[in-house]
Amino acid sequence: MGEYAVLGGASYTLAYTPDMVIHDGATQVTERVVNPDGEYLKELPNHLRSFEDAVRYAPNQAYIGNLNNEELKAIEFPWYDKPTDITERTGKYGEIMPEDEFYGLMQICDTFDLVELEAGFAASVKEKLAAHGMFTDEQVAVLDKNANFTEEGLAAVVEDGGCGLYFDGKLVGVIKKAHDVDVNLSAHVMLENIASKATSVLSLLHLIRVTGIDPAEVDYVIDCAEEACGDMNQRGGGNFAKAAAEIAGLTNATGSDTRGFCAGPAHALLNAASLVKAGTFKNVVVTAGGCTAKLGMNGKSHVEKGLPVLEDCLAGFSVLIREDNGTDPVIRTDIVGRHTVGTGSSPQAVISSLVTDPLDRAGLKITDVDKFAPEMQNPDITKPAGAGDVPEANFKMIAALGVKRGDIEKKELASFIVEHGMKGWAPTQGHIPSGVPFMGPCRDMMLDGQIERAMVIGKGSLFLGRMTNLFDGVSFVIEANKGQGEGGSGVSEEEVRGLIASALKDFAAGLLAE
Amino acid sequence: MAILNGKKVIVIGDRDGIPGPAIAECAKSAGADVVFFSTECFV
Repeated sequence: MGEYAVLGGASYTLAYTPDMVIHDGATQVTERVVNPDGEYLKELPNHLRSFEDAVRYAPNQAYIGNLNNEELKAIEFPWYDKPTDITERTGKYGEIMPEDEFYGLMQICDTFDLVELEAGFAASVKEKLAAHGMFTDEQVAVLDKNANFTEEGLAAVVEDGGCGLYFDGKLVGVIKKAHDVDVNLSAHVMLENIASKATSVLSLLHLIRVTGIDPAEVDYVIDCAEEACGDMNQRGGGNFAKAAAEIAGLTNATGSDTRGFCAGPAHALLNAASLVKAGTFKNVVVTAGGCTAKLGMNGKSHVEKGLPVLEDCLAGFSVLIREDNGTDPVIRTDIVGRHTVGTGSSPQAVISSLVTDPLDRAGLKITDVDKFAPEMQNPDITKPAGAGDVPEANFKMIAALGVKRGDIEKKELASFIVEHGMKGWAPTQGHIPSGVPFMGPCRDMMLDGQIERAMVIGKGSLFLGRMTNLFDGVSFVIEANKGQGEGGSGVSEEEVRGLIASALKDFAAGLLAE
Repeated sequence: MAILNGKKVIVIGDRDGIPGPAIAECAKSAGADVVFFSTECFV
């Protein structure tokens, strides 16, 4: 076996949460403070999709693995008004979970009795989760503790600083604050963190399904979401990774959290591949849950233009990085791009540091990479909001750099973007679109022989934390498994033959001399 | 570029377009006094 870590599989999940769009999305929370009687908040409920519409939405089906990129590309853009015929909530990589079941999952993920659900609602959710097939009897039984909770009682908890959980506009649950004074344990923060944990857990469970790995064989978990958990004495203490691993039944795993805004997943994957390559661990899982704050982030533009509010799902993913098995694609931890402190912020400097510098060091041209996976945001969401087609902008920049270097002719620029790029399909959940949505499709395409080499590019907006004005990013190459690294530190079969032949020759010479 | 010469300038960059510091450098080279710059994320 070679000396690189390999890509063992990936899972992708969505939780359809339209009521959370209204109550917990940062755009809407801000609007309730600055413009509570404005048109936007009045109009918003009329622009929320049904669960069935969210399931039939092409980019969502692409995310969970029921549509490949060519099939998505074949659907005329925009996609929001062209529902697919697919009505399956489960796909090759994961599922789209409805809001009521998701609240039940949040309660399963809550180990401090902070989630309470109205008794009748909880009973109906319990039935659905029992039929879901991925949760243990013990986990489903957690919902029994709601037997005495009434809507009036829940309303009183909201009055006391709790956050309401709504379904079809009706109060059906609460998240209680975890401390009377500490804002880091407020109901709002606990809701964000439990929602992130729950979507991560859902993805971990699907990763187990997708890869068939024995949960007890996972050694280490790295969470790379964008939330922070801790109390007033250690605001970002962590550890989401181990908390989610506990619920997902990864009993022999420990873990830690890696952060880097949208670049977090790429950093985490590099860490995971390096831990496996070093022999520290055999099976490392990179995982992340979704972000309630980003629900409806571009809602104002969508409502203004008469579109459905397309940011109505929390997203999660998990990726298994494991020891080389001779077949899975290899993570080339020796072909890595870095945006360093000294790189600078011009787009050309950023793309050079992440794309062409590592390829140059490996003696490769940009045309040697079959597919580039930068940030894969769904343009259906971003274009009406004025943010353009983000993946396409990245492919254009890579192609332009390729022309400047002489890797491709100027006339080939457009075809390079088509051949080496992809249509974006990921929800705008910050870290979720950043290169990592391609890990699952990339593995499948390499195992099928469709592509040989891909580059995953993660970019992060560090300046949002007001600690630095710097940008950030890392990238790495994935290759179809051809035994790369075999014999790199050992001796090849040919060399062994040579050594034996030489020894026999010496032995024969010795015998002749005697 | 004379339009920026001697003018006070506020720069808002886009992380997926041209970031603030890059625009600020261009504006400075055209004689502008950049009083504030930042980069925002719209995704």
